[in-house]
This record gives sequence, C-alpha cells and structure tokens, in this order.
Amino acid sequence: MSAETAVTARTKPPARRVAMHVLLITLAVGMLYPLLWMLVSSLRENENIFTSAGLALTDATLANYVRGWDAQQNSFAIYFRNSFIVTGSVIMGNLIACSLTAFAFARMRFRLKALFMGIMLVTIMLPEHVTIVPQYILFSELGWLNTFLPLTVPKFFATDPFFIFLMVQFMRGIPRDIDEAASIDGCGPFQIYWRIMLPLVVPALATTAIFSFIWTWNDFFRPLVFLTDNDLFTVPLAIRLFVDLGGTDWGALFAMSVLSLVPIFIFFVFGQRYLIRGIATTGLK
Amino acid sequence: MSSLTEEKRRMPTPTLRPPSTPHSRRRRALAPYLFLSPWLIGLLVFVMGPMAASLYLSMTDYNFLQDPNFIGLDNFVRMFTSDPRYLSSVVVTATYVLVSVPLQLIFALALAMLLDRAIAGIAIYRAVFYLPSLIGTSVAVAVLWRTVFGSDGLVNGALGALGIDTTHSWVGNPDTALMTIIALNVWTFGSPMIIFLAGLRQIPRSYYEAAEVDGAGRVRRFLSITIPLLTPIVFFNFILQTIYAFQAFVPAYIVSNGQGGPADSTLFYTLYLYQQGFANFDMGYASAMAWVLLVVIAAITGINFVLSRYWVFYADGDR
Repeated sequence: MSAETAVTARTKPPARRVAMHVLLITLAVGMLYPLLWMLVSSLRENENIFTSAGLALTDATLANYVRGWDAQQNSFAIYFRNSFIVTGSVIMGNLIACSLTAFAFARMRFRLKALFMGIMLVTIMLPEHVTIVPQYILFSELGWLNTFLPLTVPKFFATDPFFIFLMVQFMRGIPRDIDEAASIDGCGPFQIYWRIMLPLVVPALATTAIFSFIWTWNDFFRPLVFLTDNDLFTVPLAIRLFVDLGGTDWGALFAMSVLSLVPIFIFFVFGQRYLIRGIATTGLK
Repeated sequence: MSSLTEEKRRMPTPTLRPPSTPHSRRRRALAPYLFLSPWLIGLLVFVMGPMAASLYLSMTDYNFLQDPNFIGLDNFVRMFTSDPRYLSSVVVTATYVLVSVPLQLIFALALAMLLDRAIAGIAIYRAVFYLPSLIGTSVAVAVLWRTVFGSDGLVNGALGALGIDTTHSWVGNPDTALMTIIALNVWTFGSPMIIFLAGLRQIPRSYYEAAEVDGAGRVRRFLSITIPLLTPIVFFNFILQTIYAFQAFVPAYIVSNGQGGPADSTLFYTLYLYQQGFANFDMGYASAMAWVLLVVIAAITGINFVLSRYWVFYADGDR
C-alpha cells in the first residue's frame, strides 16, 4: 500500500493523502477485526481463546481443525460434499433457466411480454416465506423431503428472478445487428441464443454463477426446513449443531466456521470484479 | 470482372430466404414461449400455485397432519388480539428495520464518498468494505457475532482494554441483544456502498468545479449537488435494504438457538413464522403471518414510491 501511496502523492499534498489512507486503513481493520480474530482464535488452544482480544498468535496449532473436522455425527467431508452437490446443481440450473428466460425477454417479440416482464420484476421482491409452507407440503407430497431436490429443482425453472433481470440488462447492451445478421444467415432463435448471445454475455453468466454459489453456500433457511437427515446436512446446518448442542469447544467451532467461509473467499477473490458490477446494476446483496 | 460477379452472387437478397409459410410463422410465434417455458412452469408450480395455496391455508387451521378446516380470518384476529409473542415479533422487526437500515445507509454513503476519489488502492478498500456484505447472512458470522458479544467476547475484551470492566453478555441481555443484530446488519453496508459509489461516479465533476468557483463550500456542495443528484440511488438502496431487513433470519436464529430470546428480544418476524410453521406445525397460522409480511412489505414499498415524488430528483425531469 505504501508504494502506491507514494506514486499518487504527487497530485495532492502528501499529508492529506496519508491522513486519508490512515483513516481508511483504520476503518478497514475495524471492519475485518472480528473475522481476523475468528481466524486467530481457530488457531489458538481452547483455553487461550478468550484470554486475549488481540491478534497475537504465540502458540499456533491446527488441533482445533483436526478435532472440529470429526466433532459432529458425520465428518465435515460429508457436509462439504453435500454443500458442493447442492451449490453445483443450483449454479447449473440458474445458468440454463435464467439465460433462456432472459433471452426471450431481451431479444424476442411476443404479445404478453410486458405482462410477463412485470410479473418477473414483482417476484424479485417476493419474500420466500410466502411460498415456503405450500412448497413444503408440495415437496412432502412428492416424497422429496430429506433430499436435495427441493433445494435444486426449482432453480432449473428460473425461480431466482434477480438473475433473469441481471441477464436481461446485459443482453440489452449487445447490439441488435449481431443477431439480425445471424438471423439473415439462417440461424434459428436457439442457435442465436446458444452460439451468439451466450458467448457475449459471459460476464453476466459469471456474475450469476458467483452469486448463486455464495447465496446457496450461505443458505440456512431452506436446508433447515427441508433437510432433517444428518447425512444430508449442508455445512451451515452442521455448524449450527455446535451451537445447538451447547458445547464449549469454541476452537473447533471457529475452525469449522473458518473453513466454511473459505470457498466464499475464493469466489470473492476471483469474482470480485463481477460481483461489484452485478451489485452496481441490480442491487444484489 | 469475374470477382465482381462473384461478389454479386454472394450478396444475400431477401428473396433468397425461405418463403414464410403459415407453418413457419406459427413456429416463430411459438419460439418465445418455448424459451420462457421453464420460467413459466416454475412460476406456476413454485410461486403462483404456492401463493394461492398459502392464501387459502392462511384461512385454515392446517397443521400438516389433519386436513385443513376453513376458519376465515381467525388466524389474523388471533395475531393481533391474543398472541403477545406475535406482537413482540412485530416490534422487534420494526425496531430492527427502522434503526438498522438508516444507519447502514449512512455508513454506506459516508464510505462511498470517502472512496469516490482517485485514491491508490481503491479496489482493495472497496473489496474490504464490501466483504462483510457477502458473508453477513452466513451461519459462521452469526456464530462469530454470538461470541464477540458474549460475556467474555471481543467487545468486552476491548472495553476492558479501555479500562471499562464488564462481564455483561450483550447477546444474553434483553436490553442489548437486538442491538448486536442491528450492529451486524450495519456492518454489512458494503453492497449499498457499491451502489452509492456507482451513483457518485455519474455526477459530472464540472458541477463541483463550477460550484467551487462560485464559492460554495464543502457542505454546500454536498447539500446542493451530491444529495439531490444521488436521491434516485438513495431511494433504490432504501427500498432494497428495507425489503431485505424485513426478512432477516439467520443471526436471530443462531444468536438465540432458534428461540428468539432472551425474553423474545430477538424474536424476529421470520423466526416466529418459522417456529409456528415448522416447529409447532401450525402452518395455517404461519401462512397468515407470511401474508401479513407480504402486504406490509408491498405497502411500505408502495408508500415509498408515492413519497419519492416529493424528494427523489431525476435529472432528466422524468418521474
């Protein structure tokens, strides 16, 4: 950071520049402090966790990770596998279904377009609590309770309208000449969608994939409602067990909490640019 | 000469396209609906159908085991007349929305303004301030919060370092438990901050330069240029964060072991709905609660849209 500061210091009085960075760094450290403390605590011996609010790590140990990994009924390997199965399917479903819908909205003409578009936008604001009880009954009738199906199947039917909206916005920015030319060359609508539009909206697809991952990975409410069999638990449900059992193994709890955030950090680091763009255009959380 | 005729031959003319028959026209008219069919099916099966069912269930005593009995508006009457826990969940949620959303937006705007200039490493700062937004609803962070505000957590440690000795558990005390969850929501100001930043970037620098030449000070420029030009963004953020805040669930669930305690001080609306629907299996009542939530969110959003006419300023004069 200091090297970059030196470079831009040319333009304004250095004192003000430095003061600005001191302020921002202080705020940033304050923001991240709880997370850093959790990371450090996960590496401390249990009896030392609450003795210091500082971040100094004198006796780093991985014991919490070893103990935490097998602390629940199943190994965390199972919970991670479950979470990856669910998030992987959700990403696939959202990419396919939302892009098809968005293509129709952005590029095709049909009579009910305005009406459908309006419905789609309104459903963005719909709280999931309004549909969760009847969905529970529906999935119970179908025999889908205690399977991953309630968490994944609806996504193949474009039930995350945010992503449709995101892709429509994106597709509208692509010049119409391109698909008109393709149409004159004899491409049907599906070919235009598949061979021309999708490659051009890769940033929107990436944004959708990253947000799908993070939301699904973090999701607690739906797995809590639809899954009761421990073998099928996702990572958030497994972490909640530590809390529910009222245990005091804080080290193990923090260790698994840190691990549960690792995939999100990875997606965050690689997808930051897409995430920021997605938020700026649609207000996604 | 030959190349020219070749050129001519390759030029596509409209008449070369297959003649449009009634059959192919029908197929083209059908194509949009084919593309939309997954969404349409999903809308019917997972959204509209369940909404209709939920509206019906809200007027029944359905408990998942026995067939529903139609009881009219009894569930709604019960909510407002004989269910003190429901009323406390309304108060908790209203307090949360009213306090945390404005605070969150103030932080978001303040940080966006700090970052809206050529600063070295702005991408890093932006990422750091945004990060909590991404993980704020995760169980891991809720667990962290529970510990940080616990009796020997980080907050008391920090106060101890300042010479204020306290063994008070912030999450265990009904007076402060809700405040800790409000703090969590304020901490996730990153996503409105990004939207503010995008909005600030749209304001032409020349406005500020002209105002400066006219002798307008910092405060004056903020009040007369930044705020009016940013009102559409403030409005957008306000609507979105309000809708999200009404639906907060995870922190309340984790901080209170799913109970909403201590003394119902963190009994959020959605948490009580979950308890009624999926712990007590009083699904008729839970459906009624969900509909009240939907109506309240829709009403507040609608009122905000109406009020926005008086304070949201669109540069092109469009309303």
